[in-house]
Amino acid sequence: MTVNASFIGRSYPPTPVYRVSREKIREFADAINDPNPAYRDLDAARRLGHADVVAPPTFAIVLTLPAGAQFVTDPEAGVDYSRVVHGEQRFVHARPIMAGDEVQVTLTVENIRVAAGNEIITNRADVKTVAGELVTTAYSTIVVRGQ
Amino acid sequence: MVAVGDALTAQDFPIHRLDLIRYAGASGDFNIIHWNERVATSVGLPNVIAHGMFTMAAAVRVVTDWAGDPAAVVEYGVRFTRPVAVPDPEGAVLHVEGSVREVRDDGLVEVDLVATVDGQTVLAKARALVRA
Repeated sequence: MTVNASFIGRSYPPTPVYRVSREKIREFADAINDPNPAYRDLDAARRLGHADVVAPPTFAIVLTLPAGAQFVTDPEAGVDYSRVVHGEQRFVHARPIMAGDEVQVTLTVENIRVAAGNEIITNRADVKTVAGELVTTAYSTIVVRGQ
Repeated sequence: MVAVGDALTAQDFPIHRLDLIRYAGASGDFNIIHWNERVATSVGLPNVIAHGMFTMAAAVRVVTDWAGDPAAVVEYGVRFTRPVAVPDPEGAVLHVEGSVREVRDDGLVEVDLVATVDGQTVLAKARALVRA
């Protein structure tokens, strides 16, 4: 076992404030080839009852990836990034992320375990507005493949 | 009225190298195995592989198109079971089917997704919870 198990339960400080823009949501929607008007047309989003354009269900990865990198690249954590693969991912949305949101992400290492010679790390990333409202929780499992 | 067993409209999503480059830029995930064939094959992969998160994002379109409002997806999770190789220039085609697994008492609908490439499953436990 090379990953430092004492990191279980550890949280990192919130990431710098990220302002979600209409342009970033549209860029992400373009990148996943999804033409849904709710991602790019303010009137279409409003017709659905939203105050602004909404983000696709997996957009939060843009916010949570840098948060996760805090742990993966932490020299003390002992993660060999060249052997890392993405095992599982889950998003729980308290409400949709939308343009204008100012958010920060707090990463918590929930579990580190060994299975079949691989190290399996489960992280939780809480996406909150600067006012403290929980918007999205992202759970990700990464697998550090055994040698 | 949504009922258990209802099928969502299946969709095919072609994936080419350019899609991975664009996704890398938009998501910030520049892992070299998603754009460099030399490195990808040197670490034992069959070819450049798609970002799991790209596959995950493409697959949920079957749900968001069905729901009408993409923000109706309140929960979405997958397990990545098999890398999606994206050879140049032919690319790959992701085939996604969905069905209603459960209509809950609280009004939320659980949808199961089946995502395959060339008949092989690439996502397992792919499930979305939708406000119907």
